[in-house]
Amino acid sequence: MGEILKLQTVSKSFGGVKALRGVSFSLEDGEILGLIGPNGAGKTTLINVISGLLKEDQGHILFEGHSLKGLSPWQRAALGLARTFQHIQVFADLTVLENVLCGLHRQRKTSFWAHFLRLPAAVAEEKDFESRAYQALALVGLKEKASWEAETLPYGEQKKVVLARSLVSNPRLLLLDEPAGGLNERETEELGQILLKLKTKGMTLLLVEHDLNLVMNICDRVVVLNQGEVIAMGSPLEIQKNNRVLEAYLGK
Amino acid sequence: MNEATLLWQFLFSGLAAGAIYALVALGFCIVENSLRIVNFAQGDFLTLGGFLMSTFLLAWGLPWPLAALLAVIGVGICGWLLERLALRAAKDRGPLTLIFITIGASIFIRGVIKLVWGKNPRIFPPMVTGEPLRLGGASLAPETLFILVASLVCVVALQLFYRFSRPGKALRAIAYNFRSAYLVGLPVGFLTSFSFFLAGAIGAVAGLLIVPITGVSFDTGVILGLKGYASAVLGGYGSFPGAILGGLLLGLLEALVAGFISSGFRDVFTFLLLFLVLAVKPSGILGSSEEERA
Amino acid sequence: MFARLQKDRRRLLGLALLIYILPFILHNPYYLTVLNLSALNILTVCGLTLLIGYAGQISLGHAGFWALGAYGSALLSLHTGWSPWITTLLALLGTIGLAALMGVTILRLRGNYLVMATLAFNLAVYFFLVEAEDLTGGPPGLPGIPPYKLGPLVLASDLAAYFLIWTVLLLILFLTFNLVHSSEGRALKALAASETAAACLGINPHWYKVLAFVLSAAYASLAGSFYAHYLSFISPKTFDIFFSVELVAMSLFGGRGSIWGAVLGAGTLTPLPHLLSFFDEYRDLIYGALLMGVLIFFPQGLMGLLERVLRSKSSGLKS
Repeated sequence: MGEILKLQTVSKSFGGVKALRGVSFSLEDGEILGLIGPNGAGKTTLINVISGLLKEDQGHILFEGHSLKGLSPWQRAALGLARTFQHIQVFADLTVLENVLCGLHRQRKTSFWAHFLRLPAAVAEEKDFESRAYQALALVGLKEKASWEAETLPYGEQKKVVLARSLVSNPRLLLLDEPAGGLNERETEELGQILLKLKTKGMTLLLVEHDLNLVMNICDRVVVLNQGEVIAMGSPLEIQKNNRVLEAYLGK
Repeated sequence: MNEATLLWQFLFSGLAAGAIYALVALGFCIVENSLRIVNFAQGDFLTLGGFLMSTFLLAWGLPWPLAALLAVIGVGICGWLLERLALRAAKDRGPLTLIFITIGASIFIRGVIKLVWGKNPRIFPPMVTGEPLRLGGASLAPETLFILVASLVCVVALQLFYRFSRPGKALRAIAYNFRSAYLVGLPVGFLTSFSFFLAGAIGAVAGLLIVPITGVSFDTGVILGLKGYASAVLGGYGSFPGAILGGLLLGLLEALVAGFISSGFRDVFTFLLLFLVLAVKPSGILGSSEEERA
Repeated sequence: MFARLQKDRRRLLGLALLIYILPFILHNPYYLTVLNLSALNILTVCGLTLLIGYAGQISLGHAGFWALGAYGSALLSLHTGWSPWITTLLALLGTIGLAALMGVTILRLRGNYLVMATLAFNLAVYFFLVEAEDLTGGPPGLPGIPPYKLGPLVLASDLAAYFLIWTVLLLILFLTFNLVHSSEGRALKALAASETAAACLGINPHWYKVLAFVLSAAYASLAGSFYAHYLSFISPKTFDIFFSVELVAMSLFGGRGSIWGAVLGAGTLTPLPHLLSFFDEYRDLIYGALLMGVLIFFPQGLMGLLERVLRSKSSGLKS
């Protein structure tokens, strides 16, 4: 097992506010790493920096040993670095299936012309993609609703669509930004099961989450961020006993 | 006339045209600083002002200050109605839809003008007359001087309004942060409508000033509106000083191109310039340096 | 996926049947002229739909591309004597090259700025056509453009042009449906919905914006060439910015997110001024009010309205 993602003293400020101060940690291949911290700790900023939506001021990010410096979001995604969003939901005007198919975009091998003229290669690829999209939908339990307009689904199911969309291409690393936000208890439990299944398939997950229960249940390790700094790192048990973490959360 | 005299002559006509562009550009800025969209009907406000003035002045025989005041208020109300009746109903549909609505409004206003005033151009006499002034061998017509003075008055009045009046300050707050302005209880709906009133009024002023020189027909505002927009972009879209600077600069450049190169290719030049500015430095001369603006 | 494509293909077949039967019912050549013009507008609006409805970008300059296709092909064929087929192709390639160049630079801009950049392009083209009289014939126009020929057959009559233009349109519609129901079409829709989310799936936003822009320009150029060789006369007036605005209005009126919306929008708005004699006087009034009304009350346009009616009917049948 090697390191799949390595952060080296990553810093980012907005104007005078330091959102991230020298954050360093790494993700082992195949683990689920929880990233927790009080509101405003810089968790979403960190995810945005890793996925390329924000540019770090200092520090390095290595993905499978290669620096991500200067790569735009779509290039990072094409390397197999997928993410979900806290707020941005499904693509309007597309069905559930089509939404998930968008997730396979980075593995497309056919050209524009093949699709414009609908050459056999393009048809074959579409068929292959479709069966894979159905598998992803089956994993999140939405296979029956494949032909629904994605926008008409309830909130919890829309989140599942987004999840299926980002995992369908079997990315090496999946960044999850509060996937349980807005879900009820039963849905959260289902989500935990799905994430564990992804782990057994060999995917590495970085889970940003407020639901500590979920984090403690499924994560191998946990990193705690407070005011842009890593204040603790370790197994869920160690974290639960850590005084600095308690202070950060209780505001002492 | 020698080259130097010619140059002065071009500078004067360029400044006068530039002042008009600046006024139109200010109308774009006012809307950009409230609703944050391009109001494509801005140029048609100018046309409407010109036609209203011609009716008040010639058909009704009102004295020109009163006619001008009525025309300015009249177009201001049209601006207000555009925001209140059309744009507000679709305000949640995103800027693209709003922009298209102003395009629709622009076509609609032209339709109304064609119906009421017909397709023939109108003209009315200049508001001030007299002997042309002699400056460096070139002559400066009093109506040209009037354009410059009136534009200056407008700019100063606008500045004072934004600096010191309550609605002016509130509008600045909206420009700075729309959401916060809403949250602290400013009447953003009213203020947005009011900004359209202002945009209409300043568009009408531009119309009053230019019609004695060029006349007005139903489509006068289209090209002038676009040139005003080009000025605003040139100076840095949304910036008031930028709008004035951009307007004057464009007016001068055009006059020089028309004078020394070819009058026919003046417009090709203007829009190529606009295109190049947008392609190379969309933030304009005085704009902030963000690469992309929503 | 396949089901949606099949549905659109069935509808297209229906349209094709209607189109090929129509000339046997309509004997008035004037109607054929109107239908030909409609087809050319549909072609252009179809491209615009890819740009506006799919990629979420906007252009008020497509009359400029139409002009490039028309003048490009006309001038080439007049000066070189080459077959209009070849000059149409050359004009198309030229437009594609220019549009790609433009797209790469200006599609970094958003919303407001993009509208203006395309508008500025249209105006620059327009004023150039007016001013460069030696080359373009200036405001009076350019007469005597040769028609298309198929072997010994000269496609100059309204009827011949009808079959030519509509066949080309149906073919392009067929290809366009292929495209929108493929990973390319989905990538474009994703882009329109959320550029950030699309990028995080590995979709290159800039590339797809340029693609949609170039495609839409190519459709417009093609329409322009066919227009020129069909009417044998062109003048700058046809290609002013009002035409660009009308094209966008057709797209929005029909329903911006749908290719069938483009067919409906251009197919209904093009004949209106020709069929209603009083229309010309109120043209601006009607277009303006229509545009505002549709945007305020029916953001999904005619197609959205139609689909709502169809859906409520079918659900009414089930219950």
